[in-house]
Amino acid sequence: MSTAGAGARAGKAWVLRRVRPLGGDPVDVLLADGVIASWRPGGSTGPDSEGLPPGTTILDTDGLILLPGLVDLHTHLREPGREDAETVGSGTRAAALGGFTTVFAMANTNPVADTAGVVEQVYRLGVDAGHCDVRPVGAVTVGLAGQRLAELGAMAGSAAGVRVFSDDGHCVSDALLMRRALEYVKAFDGVVAQHAEEPRLTENAQMNEGVVAARLGLSGWPAVAEEAIIARDALLAGHVDSRLHICHVSTAGSVEIIRWAKAKGWRVTAEVTPHHLLLTEDLVSSYDPVYKVNPPLRTADDVAALRAGLADGTIDCVATDHAPHAAEDKETEWAAARPGMLGLQTALSVVMETMVVGGRLDWAGVADRMALAPARIGGLPSPAVDAGGSVAVGAPATVTLLDPSPWQVVDPGALASRSRNTPYAGRSLPGAVRATFLRGRPTVLDGMIV
Amino acid sequence: MRRHLLTTEELSRDDALLVLDTAERMARVAEASVRKLPTLRGRTVVNLFFEDSTRTRTSFEVAAKRLSADVINFSARGSSVSKGESLKDTAQTLEAMGADAVVCRHSASGAPHRLASWVRGSVVNAGDGTHEHPTQALLDAFTMRRRLGRIEGLRVTIVGDVLHSRVARSNIWLLATLGASVTVVAPPTLLPLGVSAWPVEVSYDLDAVLPKSDVVMMLRVQRERMSAAYFPTEREYSRRYGLDVDRAAILPEHALVMHPGPMVRGMEIASQVADSARSTVVEQVANGVSVRMAVLYLLLGGSGEVS
Ligand SMILES: [Zn+2]
Repeated sequence: MSTAGAGARAGKAWVLRRVRPLGGDPVDVLLADGVIASWRPGGSTGPDSEGLPPGTTILDTDGLILLPGLVDLHTHLREPGREDAETVGSGTRAAALGGFTTVFAMANTNPVADTAGVVEQVYRLGVDAGHCDVRPVGAVTVGLAGQRLAELGAMAGSAAGVRVFSDDGHCVSDALLMRRALEYVKAFDGVVAQHAEEPRLTENAQMNEGVVAARLGLSGWPAVAEEAIIARDALLAGHVDSRLHICHVSTAGSVEIIRWAKAKGWRVTAEVTPHHLLLTEDLVSSYDPVYKVNPPLRTADDVAALRAGLADGTIDCVATDHAPHAAEDKETEWAAARPGMLGLQTALSVVMETMVVGGRLDWAGVADRMALAPARIGGLPSPAVDAGGSVAVGAPATVTLLDPSPWQVVDPGALASRSRNTPYAGRSLPGAVRATFLRGRPTVLDGMIV
Repeated sequence: MRRHLLTTEELSRDDALLVLDTAERMARVAEASVRKLPTLRGRTVVNLFFEDSTRTRTSFEVAAKRLSADVINFSARGSSVSKGESLKDTAQTLEAMGADAVVCRHSASGAPHRLASWVRGSVVNAGDGTHEHPTQALLDAFTMRRRLGRIEGLRVTIVGDVLHSRVARSNIWLLATLGASVTVVAPPTLLPLGVSAWPVEVSYDLDAVLPKSDVVMMLRVQRERMSAAYFPTEREYSRRYGLDVDRAAILPEHALVMHPGPMVRGMEIASQVADSARSTVVEQVANGVSVRMAVLYLLLGGSGEVS
């Protein structure tokens, strides 16, 4: 992509010339006043074309794929509390570079985002940083302690307008408390996002339980600990007719249970992380904690089931579970390391490699799993490009431009995050985000933060 | 030999036999009462023990000193390490000391692997978490070969807390590599779920296995396991999986009884059995020094003939 004309970045209106909405036929799209102003046949727009506002910048986006701005339902921004690992600023820069225009910031900060005050603070930090929209997730229970409900209504009614509630990092394991939370958030069309991990079955768990764990002498995190909670919560959600969202589904059995719950007509949605779509437990043999994550990397059979589940819609969306950690929390022996991986800047590439390259999803599918579905689950307005590839005139100009052709080697030092714990270091991944627009304003141009 | 000894799983048959044969030469030297060999003079061996184990540490220390190496005991307990200094910081300190070999004992599985990626010297795993304890397995194999003349074709039964045992893992891989057939006997709760992928037979019936055993190796069972519901009571464990006098009597006459120590007498092994002629518990200690001499000698490429 190249920008035409001097002072290009100052322009308030933009033409995306010969861009391909969801990989379809090229069109020229005019972004003006923060919205999609118009579109016309590809290549028909010139500098003297009629209807262009003064100072319009024409971007040569020939061959680039136009996607709705990506939405991440599961991001750890670490602020407040662990600004050495990530800040709202650094995390949202990574998000924008990865093509995201909204991230849902998980509540396990210090202090925990369990009050209106903290969620508003995180929301404002996002507004000030300006790289993408930050939608705080509210904690379900006070201090993530699993004992008492946090003031969910106050968070919903705050300036942050919280709709997604989660104790992520911890499971709401008390069945009664989970039932109450599911019921309570109906009053403001909220959703409870469950980190499904039966705590007794995962005491001191270090990696997926199975053949590799047996060999490495690492205590096992059994698939059943995830599946039992998903089954229980699906039954609860069905019973009280509430919305349930399952975070980071990682096992074949979980996919089956979710498929069953959806067949019942229950309002259950689910996400899968890029790393669970690509990586397997065999990587743990190195004992390098960059591969330590919760839920843990699973088997090749699980990976295959997750890909199939995402392709057929059983799993609604991809969410990164971007989890930055300071070096001292990763450069340790396995058991002492914190779980979690960076994900924002590599998510789209990993989805390309695992889902698009093999033909499991087309670009419409990618748009759905990475933008439309997570927006729907999180209660955001409909994006500017719909599932059919139609560009909605008048909709907010919040879009992502992807060059699908290059393969790039991941360099941890080149990532925008304050942390370096990417599991893809040295790995070649397809695709490159060239530009990201948030309500008509570029946050990324030429692959760089604006 | 490779640069490090981290597992027996990755030890080739040739390298395993080389260690055992070298240990045999070391043992003969010791028996001929030449106390020290000059082979590792000027080399530094660091004993880095994050877990207390006087027996293992002393064994490595004696082995290194018999080869004339300088030994530094870097006891991590009570030092800055236990106050939060990281393994990586410790590795950098060892680098500064110029350690040629680091003997590492750690409560976390894989810690010696991490260490090996941060230091230039050789790393010897002296027991990591519930992963491996390769020199213990080598000395067990050495003991079996000395007593029974071979390892190939031996029927070895390993009894007890296999799930949490680094000794069991190292023995299973090494014995499989050397051609023995291994049976593990334990309550199902104390076997890993992935045991099906191991080169072993699994049995829950000790009485059925003992008459067909050339070697029975009793593993330590920690009493804490009881509170975590791995088994109901000590008494029940002992009845089903303990090696008492009656059970020892159904072993073939030539069969050995081994224990990596320290033993819980009464619960997992009866005193009369532990102290009987078929028990190798005492000679395992002496053999440990010979095997560790061989390992250090081979890893550090000691100069001069040993014989
Ligand atoms: Zn989680």
